[in-house]
This record gives sequence, structure tokens and C-alpha cells, in this order.
Amino acid sequence: MSTANQRVLPGFSLSLGYTLFYLTLLVLIPLGACFVKASSLTFDQFWATVWSERACNAYALTFGAAFIAAFVNCLIGLLLAWVLVRYEFPMKRYFDAIVDLPLALPTAVAGLVYASLYVPNGWLGQVLVPLGIEAAYTRLGIVLVLIFTGLPFVVRTVQPVLENFDPEVEEAAASLGATRWQTFRRVLFPGLVPALLTGFALALARGLGEYGSVVFISGNIQNQTEIAPFLIVAKLEEFKYGEATALAIVLLVFSLVLLGLINLLERWSKKHA
Amino acid sequence: MSITVRNVSKRFGNFAALDRVSVDVPGGSLVALLGPSGSGKTTLLRIIAGLEVADEGEVHCAGEDITRQRPGERNMGFVFQHYALFRHMSVLENVAFALRVRGRPESSIQERVRQLLHLVRLDGLERRYPSQLSGGQRQRVALARALAAEPRVLLLDEPFGALDAKVRQELRQWLRHLHDDIGVTSLFVTHDQEEAFEVADQVVVMQRGRVEQTGTPQEVFEHPANAFVMDFLGNVNVFHGRVQSGRARFGSLAYPCPEYQYEEERSAAVYVRPHELEIDRNATGEGSLPARVQHVIAAGSVAKIQVLVADSGQDLAIEMSRERLAELKLQAGDSVYVFPRRAHVFCGEYCI
Amino acid sequence: MHEFATTLLEPEPVAAHSTGKDHEQALLAKPLAGRAQLRRGAEDPPLVRWALTLTAILILTFLVIIPVANVFAQALIDGPGVYWHNLVADADTRHAIVLTLTVALVAVVLNVIFGVAAARVIARFRFPGRTLLVTLIDIPFSVSPVVAGLCFVLLFGLQGFFGGWLQEHGIKVLFATPGLILATSFVTFPFVARELIPVMEAIGPDEELAALRLGASGWQIFWRVTMPNIKWGLLYGVILCNARAMGEFGAVYVVSGHIAGSTDTMPLRVERLFQESQSAASFAVASVLTLLALVTLALKVGLERQTRRQIEQGSESKFQGEH
Repeated sequence: MSTANQRVLPGFSLSLGYTLFYLTLLVLIPLGACFVKASSLTFDQFWATVWSERACNAYALTFGAAFIAAFVNCLIGLLLAWVLVRYEFPMKRYFDAIVDLPLALPTAVAGLVYASLYVPNGWLGQVLVPLGIEAAYTRLGIVLVLIFTGLPFVVRTVQPVLENFDPEVEEAAASLGATRWQTFRRVLFPGLVPALLTGFALALARGLGEYGSVVFISGNIQNQTEIAPFLIVAKLEEFKYGEATALAIVLLVFSLVLLGLINLLERWSKKHA
Repeated sequence: MSITVRNVSKRFGNFAALDRVSVDVPGGSLVALLGPSGSGKTTLLRIIAGLEVADEGEVHCAGEDITRQRPGERNMGFVFQHYALFRHMSVLENVAFALRVRGRPESSIQERVRQLLHLVRLDGLERRYPSQLSGGQRQRVALARALAAEPRVLLLDEPFGALDAKVRQELRQWLRHLHDDIGVTSLFVTHDQEEAFEVADQVVVMQRGRVEQTGTPQEVFEHPANAFVMDFLGNVNVFHGRVQSGRARFGSLAYPCPEYQYEEERSAAVYVRPHELEIDRNATGEGSLPARVQHVIAAGSVAKIQVLVADSGQDLAIEMSRERLAELKLQAGDSVYVFPRRAHVFCGEYCI
Repeated sequence: MHEFATTLLEPEPVAAHSTGKDHEQALLAKPLAGRAQLRRGAEDPPLVRWALTLTAILILTFLVIIPVANVFAQALIDGPGVYWHNLVADADTRHAIVLTLTVALVAVVLNVIFGVAAARVIARFRFPGRTLLVTLIDIPFSVSPVVAGLCFVLLFGLQGFFGGWLQEHGIKVLFATPGLILATSFVTFPFVARELIPVMEAIGPDEELAALRLGASGWQIFWRVTMPNIKWGLLYGVILCNARAMGEFGAVYVVSGHIAGSTDTMPLRVERLFQESQSAASFAVASVLTLLALVTLALKVGLERQTRRQIEQGSESKFQGEH
């Protein structure tokens, strides 16, 4: 469609104008403020904050936990998507629907309930703590709650791809002598990789920024279970705006890089679909 | 290797896709399963391949009962209507698939793939992906892929269905030659009688889950077993009349049919192909129908004439050579006489 | 997702044509309905099927079902009387509920206006920087809510860029309702737009162009053609946006100053009660939020069906228009 043809409908400048106005006011100016504030720091100030032991530990924990959770989400998400698309079982519709619950449930509630489930006298803690598995106020708990918040992403990116697979392709593999496992590994899985990566990146992005759910279950012990967003809040509460900004910039840059990556991945998977 | 299908039935819910079907495919032959959509031909092919399980009946291959075998164990090449190529694999990887899942050594795989691509005339396209190929090329990749593991039998579902007319014509010829070269027993599904006649040694005509007739293309065309086969294999004019003691009467015509020696009169349908109807300017002997020429189409290798029978008001389609047309100098509005050189009489059963 | 959007912008006849073909294929396939389940080559062995299904159900049970059940169990641990008391009798909790509703309402309205404008401009017009705009709209999804909150503190805080000016004029943004609204609007910014873009693209501009040819003005086209066409998609976006707005924690935590009875929203109230070791009261507030989430899910499922139907109808009428 040519540009001229597209401009036939009225209201282009109004729509675009308002969109840009609101976007600038609500998103670009605040994010810009963050970068401007960061640029007012000297490099030494910035480096001292970002490279302190406490900050490094917090970043390592944030990235590590988000990465592990996103990876586990890939496995769980692939399994759930496969089962929901391929098999029939009672109450399937409801199981399908609750996959989205982590998107609808306030993160604070998730954190609250996960913390109370895994404490020694909690529903699951009663069984797990005697076995030596302590999730409440540990790093394991952080990963668990991040798995919960990232659950829908992989399922919802893989599901449509699986639904659109042509069953004849699997039949072709079967008639060519492939076992079911060979068919999955060689024929189906390569087609799922772009969707899996997209889901992984989305879950990772969510995990990196997650705050509400984690603060409840992590216990926020310095250098042990303190995540980067918590450290930012801690600095803010001490009115150390410069340090908070420096810490935030690192997270922000990673988020923006991930966002670009997700866009590329989506483009790639569309090309392969 | 021969295939024998014995009394196979298959239902999908209330729909009987196959009803006690038996088919013999002699080793080394090229056989067409011909029928309209919904006749069960594709289901039969899928049952032979093991992609579908028959409710009843048996499938044998070279004397061995393979009814319970899984598709992979049967070693049959299957070419899908829409090819079902693995889109993230190159042509080479597609063709090599059957060999790789069997764990053949990589060096022999490369060699075999090169041979096959040469056979299907796709030399040099190893690195292409299916999306970079034309329809005809994809079709040939699918064929090479199916042939890779030296299957006992080659099964093709509507192999030319998704191609345009010209490519289709070329591939038909080519498939016939390919079969003559490699001699693998082949069975293909089609709804196009021309395609079946042109390519196959044997034709199995199916309708509503049953086999109506089996035979060489000539047998089936010349001696259709029943009205359905007659009707399905090309255009036909139908007269409704009656039979008694070996003669069929319709309008002012009579035609001998020694197979129906009924004492009492019965209703019957008389089928005459357009090229078996003769036109003349004058009434000839006992049996000819007065008619009026409606329309003459002289474009094409044969001339097509549409006439209206005077007393019954029936439309008839007639074909004749262009020389004959020139001789008769027919024009719309001319009064003529029509009589069949040959007719097929079917009593009772199927009627249009 | 955005690529999906752009492909749909390609010349319409192609899309319309393929819809027609699919339709024909669907009709052809009908007598053989049920075949899908009988495909032997594409079927897993029963043991695998059972094992995988069971594992999936177990995972969902532990990750989702047990936690949800636990919220209600803990909230009702001292009986329904105490539960009710926890919710209604506490003035701060009551205030938190009202504040949450207010903030969510304003944020949703703001984002709806933006979402409709943005979806219209992206789905109906081609202009330089269009792809960039689509990416920019997504930013709040990937930015940590805490960082978002920090940005507003840097702007409106006492040491912030506008802090001094605001104080001189006696306007409170931070640690007050406007700050909560801004932070909430930021984190829920993309929801409506992201839902509407694919819906508008799938429906296509034909009806709007027809209305234009019949002499309708811009606003008439918008209210009488565009809005009725996108209403289900819009509602869907509103529901998702609202769920997130009511549940937002991190961004709101940073800008609220955490003042009970003044800037505590429900999620913040949950946290404060938890810190004060009032577990049952904390879970009581959490149970209301959970209930909202469950309602959101139910509405979402229902609306997904509606939107799909609407898009199908849209493309079908386009297909008929072709002939």
C-alpha cells in the first residue's frame, strides 16, 4: 500500500500527535531524566557504586536467578504448551486459562503466598524443610517465585506455533522411519526454537525487573538474597539518588538491549513460521 | 513388491470411508486409485502406509501381513499432496532424513542423495530450502525423499493436485518414465481420469468407500462395469428407456443388449459417449433420432456439436473429427438425424 | 507480534484470498472431521501421553493452584467474621481499596485514549519511524517497575528536576495520588495499544474507507465504524491494563512514600500488614486482589472468544466483498 493511499483516512496528524505527546510525557521524559541524572555523575562515582561488592552480588543474583528461572520456564513452558495443544484431558480449558494467572495476579500477592507456603510450618514447607529444602528467605525461593511470574511467556509463545504445525510433516517423518523422539528432536523442535527463545527473553526481561514478588520471599539479606531492584529502593530510602540512578542505569540498559533482542527474535520467528 | 488389501473397512464417526475394500497391486506395477472426493481413495492409501489403522481387514506386502506394523516399520515411501517437506531443512537434509534416522554412515548418505537428486533432475540444488523452490521442484524433492531409503512401495497422494496445468502435464510423463526406470511398485491417488489413464498400468475406480472396477485404462474405459464408472470417466449422454429380451428401446431407437434377457420390460439407462454418436443429414435405416443443431464449436482438435432431440427435447453432446464436420457442413438450426454407433445399457442400479 | 502486524498491512487481496481458500478447505474437510485424532503417524504412545499430562497438571498445581488456594485459606484462617472485620473495619485498608480503584480508573482511562490513538496511527497509516514507535511503546514492559518509579522520583522529588518549582507552587506529585497515577500509567502503558494493533490490522481499513467515500467525517467514522469494530479488543486491553494497574507494586512503592491512610494502595497495604506481622489481615487484602485476578482471567477467556469471532467476521465480509 502506498503512503498516499494510507493517508486517505482522516485524523493522521491528530492520532500521531497525541501518541507522540503522551509517549514523550509519560515514558521518554522520565527515562531521559534517569539518563541525564546518570550523566551528572562522574565516571568514578558511577563505577564505585556499580562495582561495589554489594552491587555486584545483587546484580549477580538478579541475573543468575532470572536466567535460571527463564531456563526452567522454557522446559515447563514447552511441556505445558505441548500437553495443552496435543492432548485431551478433563478440565483442560481451566488448566489452559490458569496459565495466565501470573499475569493477572498482583506480584505482591504472589510473593506473600509463596513466602508463606515454603516457611517451615507452611503447606509445602512442612514437607520440604525436613527434607532439607528451604525455599523461604533463600535464593531458591527467589528462583521459584520468578518461575511463577514468568510462567505464561514461554507457554503463550510456543502454543500458537505448535497449533500451526502441519500434522502431515510428522506423518512424513514417521513414514520415513523416524521414531517419535527423532521426529520431535529433528523435525518439530527446530521449528520451535525461535518461539522458545522469544519466550525465554520475555521471561528473562520480566525476571530482571521483578520486585514485588521477590521482596517477600527473599528476606533481603545483604550480599546473599538482595536483588538489584531492592538495592535501588534501599539507596532511594537513604536519599542517595545518584547511587540509585547509577544502579538503575545498568538494569535499564540491559532491559533495552533485551527489548531490541525480543523484537529481532519475533521478526525471525515470523520469517520461519 | 506386491500389495494386497483384503476386506478393509474404515469408519470416521458415522461416515464409512471404506467398506470391505479389496485391491491387488502386482509387484512392479504403477496403479492409480481413481475416484471423486470422499470416495475413500486417500484413506485407503493412508491405511496401506500405516498412517491410519483399518477397523477391519488386512494389508499384505509381498506376502507378509503388515496390518499391525507402524508406518516406520513398513518402509514405504509416501509423497503427500502438499509435499510436507521439512521447511527448516535444506533439500539435502530433507532427502537424507530417512537415511540419517537409520544411522547410515554420512559418506554413503552424501553419495545416495547426489544420486537421487540427479534422478529427479535437481542437481545442484542441495543447499536450497523448500521455500526457495517452485511447486514442481518441491514435488520432486518430496519424491526423492520418499525414495531415499529404497522403499518397497511408493505411495503418492494426489501427486500433481497442487500444481498448475502445464507443470502437471510434464510431471505426469516424467513420473511414468521414472517408474519405468526404477521399477518400484507404485500406487497413486487421483481424481482426474485423464491423469490416471495417461500414467497408470492399472486403474482402480472407487466410489463411496467401495471399489467399482479394476482394470487397465483401456478395459475400464471401453467396458465400464457400471453406470457410475461410465459416468465418471468422461462426458456421456444418457437416454432413459426400457429393456426386454435383449433389446433396449429409447425414443424411436433400439439397441441390442444380450446381457439383459428379461421376459418382462424393465427401465434402463442407455449411455452413449459423445464421440460414439453419429450425425447424418438423412434418416438411416431403423434407428435414428430427428434433431436440430443448436451450437457448433469448431475450435479444438475435435469439433463439438450440441443438438436438441426433436420429440423428447433432450440435449445431446456429440464429438466428431473436423474433417467430418467440414463434410457435413453443419450449422446451427440444421435438421439432422442422430444415432449411436455404440452404447452401454445399464439396468436398474445407479442412475443419474 | 509486531511483524505479524506489519505482514497484515501488505495488500489486502492476498489475505482475503487465502481466507477464502481456508474456508473451502474447511468445508472439504468436514466429512472427515475427527481425523485429526486418528493420525497414527503424529501420535505419541499412550504411556508418554499420560506421563506428560500428569507432569503438566502437577506443575500447574504446585505453581498456581496451591498458592491460590493458600491465599484464601490463610485469609479465612480465623473464620469469616475476622476476615470481614479485617477488610472493612480497618480505616487504612478501606482507604487503600478506594485509592487503588481511583488510581486504576484514571490510569486505565489515560491509557485507553493513548492506546486507541496509537493503534489507529500504527494500524492505519504508514510513516517514517513507524517501526521505532512500535518498539518504543513496548519499553515499559521491559523496564523494571522500580526503575520506572525512580525516574519519577528524579523528576518530581525534592532534589528532582521539577521538585523545587512544584514545591514553590504548592503542588504535590510525589508521595501523593498524582505520583501513584503517573507510575501506574507508566507500567500499564503498552497494554491497550498492544491489544488493539493486531485487532485493527486484522479487521482492515475497508469499512472505514467505505464510510469515508459515503461522506462521513473523521469523528463519525471513528465513533460509528472504528469503535464498534474494536470494542471487544478494547475491552480485552482494558481488563489486562486494569489488572496490572490494581496489582502494581514496585513502581508505586517507590513513588508512594508509603504513608498509611494516604498513599497506600492495596498491594502496598498487603506488604505493610505483612511487615507488621498481621498475617490474616494481609491475606485478607491479598484475597480480594486474587479474586480480582480470577475474575480478570474469566473475562479474558470470554473476550478472547469474542475477539476471535469478530476478526473472523471481519475477514469473512472482506472475502465476500472480493467476489
